[in-house]
Amino acid sequence: MPNHAYIALIPLLPLAAFVVLGLFGRKYLRGLSGGIGTFAVLISTGLSLWVAYRYFFVEGAVTGAYNPVIALKATWLSFSPGLSIDMSIILDPISVMMIVVVSFVSLMVHIFSLGYMKGEARYGTYYAFLGLFTFSMLGLVLSGNIFEIYIFWELVGCSSYLLIGYYFDRPSAVAAAKKAFIVTRLADLGFLVGILILSFHAETLDFGTLIQRLSGPTPQMVGITTASFLGISALSWGLFLVFVGGAGKSALFPLHIWLPDAMEGPTPVSALIHAATMVVAGVYLVARLYPVYMFPGGAVLHVVLYAGALSALLAAIIACTQTDIKRVLAYSTMSQIGYMMLALGTLHYKGEATTLGFTASMFHLFTHAFFKALLFLCAGVIIHRVHSNEMRDVGGLRKLLPLTHICFLIACLAIAGIPPFSGFFSKEDILLSAWHADKLVYGVALFTSGLTAFYMFRLYFSIFWRKPMLVGGGVHSGDAGAGPLRDGGDAHGEAPFTMKLPLVILALGALLAGFVPFSRLVTYDGTPQPDHSIGFFAGAPVALALIGIFIARYLYFKESDRPGRVAAGLGDLYKTAYHKFYIDEVYLFVTKKIIFNLIGRPAAWIDRNIVDGLMNLLATVTARISAAIKGLQSGRVQDYALYFFAGIAGLTVLFIYLYT
Amino acid sequence: MSQVPLNHILVVSTALFFIGMYGLFTRRNMITMLMSVELILNSVNINFVAFNKYLYPDKLEGVFFTLFIIAIAAAEAAVAIAIIINLYRNFHSIDVEDAGEMKF
Repeated sequence: MPNHAYIALIPLLPLAAFVVLGLFGRKYLRGLSGGIGTFAVLISTGLSLWVAYRYFFVEGAVTGAYNPVIALKATWLSFSPGLSIDMSIILDPISVMMIVVVSFVSLMVHIFSLGYMKGEARYGTYYAFLGLFTFSMLGLVLSGNIFEIYIFWELVGCSSYLLIGYYFDRPSAVAAAKKAFIVTRLADLGFLVGILILSFHAETLDFGTLIQRLSGPTPQMVGITTASFLGISALSWGLFLVFVGGAGKSALFPLHIWLPDAMEGPTPVSALIHAATMVVAGVYLVARLYPVYMFPGGAVLHVVLYAGALSALLAAIIACTQTDIKRVLAYSTMSQIGYMMLALGTLHYKGEATTLGFTASMFHLFTHAFFKALLFLCAGVIIHRVHSNEMRDVGGLRKLLPLTHICFLIACLAIAGIPPFSGFFSKEDILLSAWHADKLVYGVALFTSGLTAFYMFRLYFSIFWRKPMLVGGGVHSGDAGAGPLRDGGDAHGEAPFTMKLPLVILALGALLAGFVPFSRLVTYDGTPQPDHSIGFFAGAPVALALIGIFIARYLYFKESDRPGRVAAGLGDLYKTAYHKFYIDEVYLFVTKKIIFNLIGRPAAWIDRNIVDGLMNLLATVTARISAAIKGLQSGRVQDYALYFFAGIAGLTVLFIYLYT
Repeated sequence: MSQVPLNHILVVSTALFFIGMYGLFTRRNMITMLMSVELILNSVNINFVAFNKYLYPDKLEGVFFTLFIIAIAAAEAAVAIAIIINLYRNFHSIDVEDAGEMKF
């Protein structure tokens, strides 16, 4: 087997950048920080592409299938001969695909940030955090051990927290960072318990062994399926809890509430973490354990399917009503991730098993990374230029930002699923697998794809057309508002070169990623499958997407009162969607009213009155006794001598009494 | 040669001890207190010598112990006088009542 040790460099280089920039970035390297961080990720990206090339085209396919390769394995913590936490690197189609996506998008964001974050006070720190995130995410996808993945899982959560709270002088950013951390942490609790259940029964933490033991008739399998709690087998509980962890990270309903708020971070960070990479970690996790999910007839996959479908639909409806550019994109991300989850859930119910959904999900993850990162970076350019996040403040920007206009249009077409853009192919695969699995879910997915086209083009027309020609000048709530106004004048060009380059590259990706023969490369068992022809099946979604686009054009192409009238016509439905189905309010009600009152206040009472009371009692008793005996400390030497003699006399009497 | 009876000697040493005790507790002048302590020590010395003579006439431990106590008394006097001098420097008095600051 060829030497794979160099693969460890892929995650370690960004880590090195993080360490160097974290230690020296603020004082010594300042302006150089961006270059150093970008260079490290550039090498990582090069190595990732090289690894992907080697894996897919040179050495990966042994006897016609892509087998997992353990590239590196070092025991970190050994509990018993069979049970240890290893730091290992696993190469299989999905992890290789993911390192390419992660390092590539990260590189684009690094380059973009060179222009976007220029002149920021904490420029070095920003790049250090980006490095930390890239390291954690690459480590996460390469993990060959379920506990290792958990470690990296928490690391991405931590770096996400740091980056959301990057503008820590803004209370809203601080609140958003805390919200993201707490919500995902709560979900991670489920993940941890899930890991414990699965590894307890499988008696291993290693992915390969775990999958092998829990996907066939083995003694461990018998054990885990017979043990049950509340009538559900331990296996299902374990898988369900792992899925909850994934749902938290991937912002699935009802754990999605942190994602829209996470847009408080700098826009390139939103592109990297909250659109292209970190939020798909949950999808990746389910995909990683897919053989286990599949085996028991896919009981838990039902949950995955419906959670995905519900998230996709709800998020798309909410996205239609929001007016903050980044929030629309955030809900769109949530909706697309719902799609990916839905695809993973579409394992046969009737008829024979099909794993088309797995490939479709990974395919959509791949294409989504390109067009969603592109959308966010375009939004970054817009915000950078006009200093506003609000859709209402901008309009008619197509002349001012021609390149961004084109790129945004490409990304919109891709996400709307118009052939031949990349999103079309992956979305067709998902719809096809949904069709085979469950007609209801298919309907939901189809409707959602129409909605997707509508809200994306609503955004597109509002930003780039609508008003004849406008340059928004108001500094409202954009990222740019916090930093120094970099190029306030309109005489400057569209954006610096470092910001344009990633747009163009990602636009090419969004155009062409669909032509990657995914079903030959990434399948759940590594066996290449033939391309299926899409054919007339694609008719319905494309038609729906076109209808969505035309409705958007009708409503938003020119400034008019049409959108207002439609909103008024929809009445309560619109209002509910605008308020995000009041889910935040429900959470607030549950935490503030129920948890605080029923648990928090009694606990506080016990703490104040019983725990503190015991301490106070001890202190009071001590104080009283010392007050009573302090008179002995008279300060007269002769008194002390008298006590001494009295003591001696007392002891003498005592001894005489005892020994005679 | 008739010996002085042991009881006589013990009466003397007990008298000396309580005289010292009385002085130690009633006098406020530190020099006087120091002298009282010397009296107590000497009463003990007399006891040692007397018992040595009457109980173990062929041994010398009691006498040696007395010598030790005399040496310690000398050292103790030196320390005590040093303390008294310091006290005088700080309070311009060698009355123990005046140095009553170490109290609650």
